[in-house]
Amino acid sequence: MPRTQVQTRLNGADIDFLCEPRQSLLEVLRDELGLTGTKEGCNNGNCGACTVIMNGRIANACCVLAVEAEGAEVTTIEGVARGDQLHPLQQTFLEEAALQCGICTPGFILAAKALLDKEPNPDEHRIRYWLAGNLCRCTGYDKIVKAVQKASAEMQEAKV
Amino acid sequence: MEAFEYIAPRTLAEAYQHLGNGKRTAMLAGGTDIIVQLREGRRSCDQVLDLKHIPELMALAFTSDGTLEIGAATPLADIYEDPEVARRLPGLVDAASLIGGIQIQGRATLGGNLCNASPAADSAPALIALAARLVIGSSAGTRELPVEEFFLGPGQNALQPGEILLQVKIPPQPPGSGACFLRFIPRNEMDIAVANAGVSIQLSDDRSRIERARVAVGAVAPTPLLVPAAADALVGQAPNAETLERAAQAAAEAATPITDMRGSAAQRRHLTRVMTLRALNGALQRATENR
Amino acid sequence: MTTIDRTGYKVIGTRPVRPDGVEKVTGKAQYGADIRLPGLIHGRILRSPHAHARILSIDTSEAETIPGVMGVLTAKELPAADDAIQDLGEGAVNLRELSDNVLALEKVLYRGHAVAAVAATSPHIAEEALKKIRVEYEPLPAVLDVRDAMRDDAPLLKEDRYTKSMGAEKTDRPSNIASHNQFHAGDLEKAFAEADAVVEREFTTKMVHQGYIEPQTSTASWNADGTITIWTSTQGAFVVRAQVAEVLRRPVSSIRVIPMEIGGGFGGKIPIYLDPIAALLSKKSGRPVKITMSRTEVFEATGPTSGTYIKMKMAAKDGVITAAEATMAYEAGAYPGSAVGAGSMTMLAPYNIENFKIDAYDVVVNKPKTSAYRAPGAPAAAFACESVIDELAKKVNADPLEFRLKSSSREGTRMVNGIAFPRIGHEECVEAALNHPHYRAPIEGPNRGRGVASGYWFNGGMQSSVVAAVNPDGTVNLIEGSTDIGGTRASLAMQLAETLGIPYEDIRPSVVDTDSIGHNDVTGGSRTTFASGMAAYESGMDIRRQMAARAAKLWNCTEDEVVYENGTLRCTKDSTKELTFKELAAQQPRTGGPIAGKASLVARGAGGAFATHIVDVEVDVDTGKVTVLRYTAVQDVGTAIHPAYVEGQMQGGVVQGIGWALNEEYYYLEDGRLANSSFLDYRMPTSLDVPNIDTVIVEVPNPGHPYGVRGVGEVPIVPPLAAMANAIAEATGHRFTDLPISPRRIVETLHGLEE
Repeated sequence: MPRTQVQTRLNGADIDFLCEPRQSLLEVLRDELGLTGTKEGCNNGNCGACTVIMNGRIANACCVLAVEAEGAEVTTIEGVARGDQLHPLQQTFLEEAALQCGICTPGFILAAKALLDKEPNPDEHRIRYWLAGNLCRCTGYDKIVKAVQKASAEMQEAKV
Repeated sequence: MEAFEYIAPRTLAEAYQHLGNGKRTAMLAGGTDIIVQLREGRRSCDQVLDLKHIPELMALAFTSDGTLEIGAATPLADIYEDPEVARRLPGLVDAASLIGGIQIQGRATLGGNLCNASPAADSAPALIALAARLVIGSSAGTRELPVEEFFLGPGQNALQPGEILLQVKIPPQPPGSGACFLRFIPRNEMDIAVANAGVSIQLSDDRSRIERARVAVGAVAPTPLLVPAAADALVGQAPNAETLERAAQAAAEAATPITDMRGSAAQRRHLTRVMTLRALNGALQRATENR
Repeated sequence: MTTIDRTGYKVIGTRPVRPDGVEKVTGKAQYGADIRLPGLIHGRILRSPHAHARILSIDTSEAETIPGVMGVLTAKELPAADDAIQDLGEGAVNLRELSDNVLALEKVLYRGHAVAAVAATSPHIAEEALKKIRVEYEPLPAVLDVRDAMRDDAPLLKEDRYTKSMGAEKTDRPSNIASHNQFHAGDLEKAFAEADAVVEREFTTKMVHQGYIEPQTSTASWNADGTITIWTSTQGAFVVRAQVAEVLRRPVSSIRVIPMEIGGGFGGKIPIYLDPIAALLSKKSGRPVKITMSRTEVFEATGPTSGTYIKMKMAAKDGVITAAEATMAYEAGAYPGSAVGAGSMTMLAPYNIENFKIDAYDVVVNKPKTSAYRAPGAPAAAFACESVIDELAKKVNADPLEFRLKSSSREGTRMVNGIAFPRIGHEECVEAALNHPHYRAPIEGPNRGRGVASGYWFNGGMQSSVVAAVNPDGTVNLIEGSTDIGGTRASLAMQLAETLGIPYEDIRPSVVDTDSIGHNDVTGGSRTTFASGMAAYESGMDIRRQMAARAAKLWNCTEDEVVYENGTLRCTKDSTKELTFKELAAQQPRTGGPIAGKASLVARGAGGAFATHIVDVEVDVDTGKVTVLRYTAVQDVGTAIHPAYVEGQMQGGVVQGIGWALNEEYYYLEDGRLANSSFLDYRMPTSLDVPNIDTVIVEVPNPGHPYGVRGVGEVPIVPPLAAMANAIAEATGHRFTDLPISPRRIVETLHGLEE
């Protein structure tokens, strides 16, 4: 089967790639585009390790066909920092030791970023609710939640 | 995954044409069920039809008479983030915001949830309680079906070959009515319902009687169930604890649950009563506020 | 070895950002599956659909003809393995069984057991090719429950396996009971007869999985010169090397294992599953081969931990525990080697009990071979023991923590294996819990309850090797071989910085491959900060000695007259003679050449650790849902090198324990199929299922480590199962003795629901 050409806007840049219809966005990001920051944990939408932002909403890249990225706007973890300027969430995750093995971290950062972009001041319950689609087995979530709260406070202060 | 072709029709006419080409077709809206099923070999197809580029299927609007028309491929998040929908149909928002987690809700759709026809589909009892109807189209025209008639068995929906689910229509909810959907899952998010219940009740002007009611339960029978016996236990009665208990009991008696890795039959029957009762209390509270 | 006086640590106890942190938050860190190599192809594995069957034939001919397929493999092509035992570091392994588990030769012993493998140019093609492999099986009856497997009439997994006994009678009939060990002391009968109170209960737990988010993965290249290079996510590159060498019958020096970053292990990434297959497929195809497991394969075919049965009886007299009798049977899975031994040794560790008898049985069943899961064996044992202690405390009208304190072990108390404790901190933990605001807060409201429990883990020492090379600018490269699962690059760098008296930021740690550093045992066993840290310390002392020698030369004095303090060398004879670490580093070429410190050691003096936990729950009695309201974990960590990572270990272990207590289980169907092999139905806690986990770090420094370190990673998972059960017992009035205490179990029990 000849491959399909897909044009999409990835991390702010217009790119194109070839893929088979059966390849997920996750596969293409990792295997074709070399962007391995998006991780595979379960391949069926239950762990959030493959979270990307697509057209303004977080999605599990394992549940998106790569061909569906045609004309879409996609952000992966590689697109969160600006050069060597870390996003406040990336910074607070480091300061608060919100990662141990780090495999779930890209997914959490994208999910938390989408939350704070939409709701700058979520309470603890809202944070935990929003992040419940991202599994972490190492941290028990405590420091992740605290890192998100800290980033939220810092981002609001920055706006003032 | 087995190989398949991917087609993204721009119009319904195009879509019907592809459906008629003799190849095995899977409809793709949010993909959160179908892509996983294709990957795991539980479904097989020659072509995938992506419905997200057909405007009618992505629309969300109230008509002048207050009917909410939801395109079948509209993401759940669009539904529950709409302030007017949240204000007028909290019972729908209950369900839409419980399916999966945020990542799922940005992609998954009512159309997909219904067509997947899991007995535990969270949208079904809520839509049944709201007396929602489905608009189904084919190259021959359209037909309408109440949601409760859409499920034929586990994983089996009422679509005929060549048909596409186009729209979910929710009639305006009368004054003094309230609807609520609840489900029981072992964790607090991300699980398939062990038992779920959607109910709608309408109170009389003076709130002393229940004038109309619809009770639906899911995950406790081969399909989501409208339970007329539960409604019968409510209509004409005072909205007190005994009445609600009787209705919840009737719902439990209508259930024919199985035992599987998500729950036992006995637990499910018990939960049907508990969740129906809680949903009834929730609906009653909303109805009272609306009177 | 004495512990250095801890007042005035400069680096230890602070919370710097870890050196590998930026890579990990930006998605640049390379985990096992991220490796990209020219010509890389993909492997997939065919697995048994039967829980127990003889393999009659395997026909791979059609699969081999599929375009894109570059190699097909079955067990016939693995070299015949010795029936020998090798020590893996957190358990020993029989090499023949290891090889058989990698690819089954004559029999499949669990559903998911690997029987063949394919490498192809795309993973999709490899999957299609698997479907064309024809395997003929003769299904055999399977046994899935540990007690069923112990019966005389149980189907046998191995016809010629006899029970090995230590301290107990031998048997001469083949059995699924692989071993039976016994510890006993004192006069049990007398103690039970004279007791004020006796409690006896039976407990069961189900098989559960470590649940690391990253599936197993291995990429191998069989090079033209006969060497093998392996890139994999593992807890121990040297252990992978050793296992692969044995399974493939190749010299250890011909195999280079490059440890990638690892996405969680908890003990489950110590055994090998994929490496020999990837290597042989690479040999066949001439290409590097990457194999990554799917989540289903991780559940069905890696190493979960045992389901268990424990019968426990304890007695108290005059407010202290006087007797304990336990029968413990643990599922080993398809091959022997559960952690029942460790369970039997840790179960009573927090308490000084004179009269005891523990019978421990290791039993094979038709399930995947179990592997270590964080304090292997201990959580289930503590579940039984701490639940019974709770009931005992109630019977004698004692506060549950005071009761534990009165019977507590201390320095000199002997464990059941006869070994006396050195300085330990159980009493300190219980006291900290007793005095904590959580324990003093009233618990109000219906259906709410509070539970407490203690737990113990030995913590390991074992082998570590590091080299520390001094750079001309006074920074130091710390070359080590311990894969960094939870921040150990930081904790080792901190210990070296402390030793040298230089800033943490001046240490550059790197985790290197098996060609580049001496042997390191696994990152596991709560040993890395302890043992590799000790090696870092020793390498730092080595550098100090070398620098002192250099300074002595420069100053024309003896080495005895040179003092090293706070990163500065001073001459005791002449106070004008002073050199900082940086200054001397700059003078390396002129004073004798490059300075590198090294240490290769077997770390002795590991300090066991105790924990005491408090949890408040609320039970929705109509639905069975348990909400964790508040959790406080108190733990003796010796010295917290990096408190944030210590807290993180505590919090992570607690949440795993909560999942194990409430919802996690392998749900088997009668035919041996695992029904819930996905994260949808294997229900691990989400962020919405747990509250903040408060931690209290108790520091009773370990006299066996220069900085007082005790292992911290494992003991936090030991108390939660019992703490949750005890809290639920308070909340509902019902004592649940079977895990998980799921909503289903709660409503069925409380409402008397029939099946």
